[in-house]
Amino acid sequence: MFSKALKCFLSAWMFLAMSTSLSAGVVSQADSLEAEAAPLDVKELILEHLKDDYEWHIATYKDKDIGIPLPVILYSKNSGAQLFSSAKFHQNKGYYKGFYISKSGKYKGKIVETDASGNEIRPIDLSLTKNALSLLIGSFLLILLMLFIARTYKDEPIKPKKGLIGAMEVFILSIYDDVIKPVLGEDYKEYRYYLLTLFFFIFFNNILGLVPIFPGGANVTGNISVTFTLALCTFLIVNLTGTKEYYKGIFWPDVPVWLKFPLPLMIIIELVGLITKPFALMIRLFANIMAGHAIVLGLVSLIFITAGMGAALSSSMTGFSVVLTIFIYFIEILVAYIQAYVFTTFTAVFISGARVKSPKTEKSLKST
Amino acid sequence: MSLLTPDLGLVFWMLIAFGIVVFILTKFAFPPIIKGVEDRRRYIDESLAAAKQAQEDLKNVKADGEKILEQAKKEQARILAEAVKSRETIIRDAMDKAQKEADVMIGLARKQIEAEKDDAIRDIRKEVVNLSFDIAEKILRKNLDQKAEQEAVINQLIDDMNVYKS
Repeated sequence: MFSKALKCFLSAWMFLAMSTSLSAGVVSQADSLEAEAAPLDVKELILEHLKDDYEWHIATYKDKDIGIPLPVILYSKNSGAQLFSSAKFHQNKGYYKGFYISKSGKYKGKIVETDASGNEIRPIDLSLTKNALSLLIGSFLLILLMLFIARTYKDEPIKPKKGLIGAMEVFILSIYDDVIKPVLGEDYKEYRYYLLTLFFFIFFNNILGLVPIFPGGANVTGNISVTFTLALCTFLIVNLTGTKEYYKGIFWPDVPVWLKFPLPLMIIIELVGLITKPFALMIRLFANIMAGHAIVLGLVSLIFITAGMGAALSSSMTGFSVVLTIFIYFIEILVAYIQAYVFTTFTAVFISGARVKSPKTEKSLKST
Repeated sequence: MSLLTPDLGLVFWMLIAFGIVVFILTKFAFPPIIKGVEDRRRYIDESLAAAKQAQEDLKNVKADGEKILEQAKKEQARILAEAVKSRETIIRDAMDKAQKEADVMIGLARKQIEAEKDDAIRDIRKEVVNLSFDIAEKILRKNLDQKAEQEAVINQLIDDMNVYKS
C-alpha cells in the first residue's frame, strides 16, 4: 500500500513535469519573439516560489493568472481591522483601501500602506497566506491520518496491523524506539507524544511540499517563520522543563571562579548557547527544504532557459532536466525524512541535556 | 532579505496549526497507538514466558514421574525382600515353637510312661506278693506235716523271691 502510494505520487509528479515542459514548449514557441525580448528571470522565478504569497498561484494560462485568492486579514493603525480577498488587489490594479503589495524595498512582496510622510509601513498582517493555508491543510490531513490509524488501535489493540497502518506503525516505532527512548532515557514518557508529533508534523509537511499539485507544493517547512515557531517550541520546552542542575550549569558552572566572576564569561557563553541550539535547528530545516525546492525549480527552469536555443539543444536539455529532477526528487524524499529525524533527535537531545540529574542520583542510576 | 525574517502572520498561523496538531495528536492519536503497541509487546512477552514455563513444567512432570516410578520400584523390591525375610522368620519361629512343643510333649509322655511303668511294676509286685502269699498258704497248708519238705519249700520260696526281687 505504501509503495502504491509512492508510485501514485511519483507518477503524478512525472505527469506534471511532462505537462509543464510541454506547455512551456508551446508557450515558448508562440512567444519566442517576446521571450527573446524579455528573457526568463530564473532567480526571480525561484524566489517567487520560495517566498510566501497572498494568493495561491497555480498556473498562468494565456497571460491570465489562475489561482486561489486567499483572505487578507490586517490591522492598521489608520483604518483598523480589515478583512478582504486578495483578489481585490487584481481587480483594483494593485491598490485596495490604501493597501498594496510592495514592489521593492524592505517590505518587498508584503502588504503595506503609506503613512502621512509617504513611507511604506507594515500593518499588523495576519493574512491567511499560501503557506498558512498549506499548513492548515497539512495539519488537517495529518490529524485525519493519525486519528484513522489510532482508531484501529482503539478497536483492536493487540491485533497486528497490515497495510498502510502496519507500515505507519513501523515508522512510528522506528522514531519511538530508536530516537525517543534511547535519547531521553527514563524521562521519555513525558515528552514522547510531543516528539512523535513534531517528527510527523515536519515529515508530513516536507512531503506535502514535494507534491507539486494543490494542496502541496508550498514551501512550508522551507519558510523561516515555520521553522522559527518549531524552534521556539523546542526552546520553550527545553528551558521550561530544565532541572535545577541544568540551570546551575548555566549560571554557576563548575569552572574556575575567575571565569564567572567578576566578568561572567562562562555565563555569557552558556546563555548564547541556549539561543544557538534552537537557532541551528531553525536554520538547518529551513535551509535544507528551501534548497531542495530551489534545486528542483532551477532544474525545471533549464527547460525554459534552453527553449529558445534550437530544437536539438532544447529537447536534450528537457530530457536531461527531467531525469535530474527525478533524481533530485528522490533525494528530497530522503531529505524530508532526514530533516524531520534530525530536528526531532536534536530536540530530544536538548531536552535530555536540560534534564541533568544531580551527580548523586546519576551515580545511583549507573550502579543499578 | 524577506526570506530570512520570520513573518508575524505566518508565525501566528503556524502557532495555531501546530498547537492544534500537538493537542490532538498527543491527546487522541499517539497514546492509543503507543499503548496498543506496548500492550501487544507485553502480551507477546507474557505468552513467550508462559510457553517457556509450560515447557519447563512438562519437563519437571516427566522427571517427577520417573522419580516416582523409580521410588515405587525400590519400595516394591524392599517390600518383597521384607516379605521373604518375614516369611523365613515366621517359618523358623514356627518350627522352633513346634520343636519346643514337641519336646515338651515328648517329655511329658516319657514321664507318664515312666510313672505308668512304675505303677504297673508296683501293681505287679503287689500281685506277685499276693500270689506268693496265696501260694505260700496253699503250700504251707499242704506240706506242713513233712518237716524236711517244709524246709525245702520255704528255702526255695525264699530263693525265688530273692531272684525275683533282684
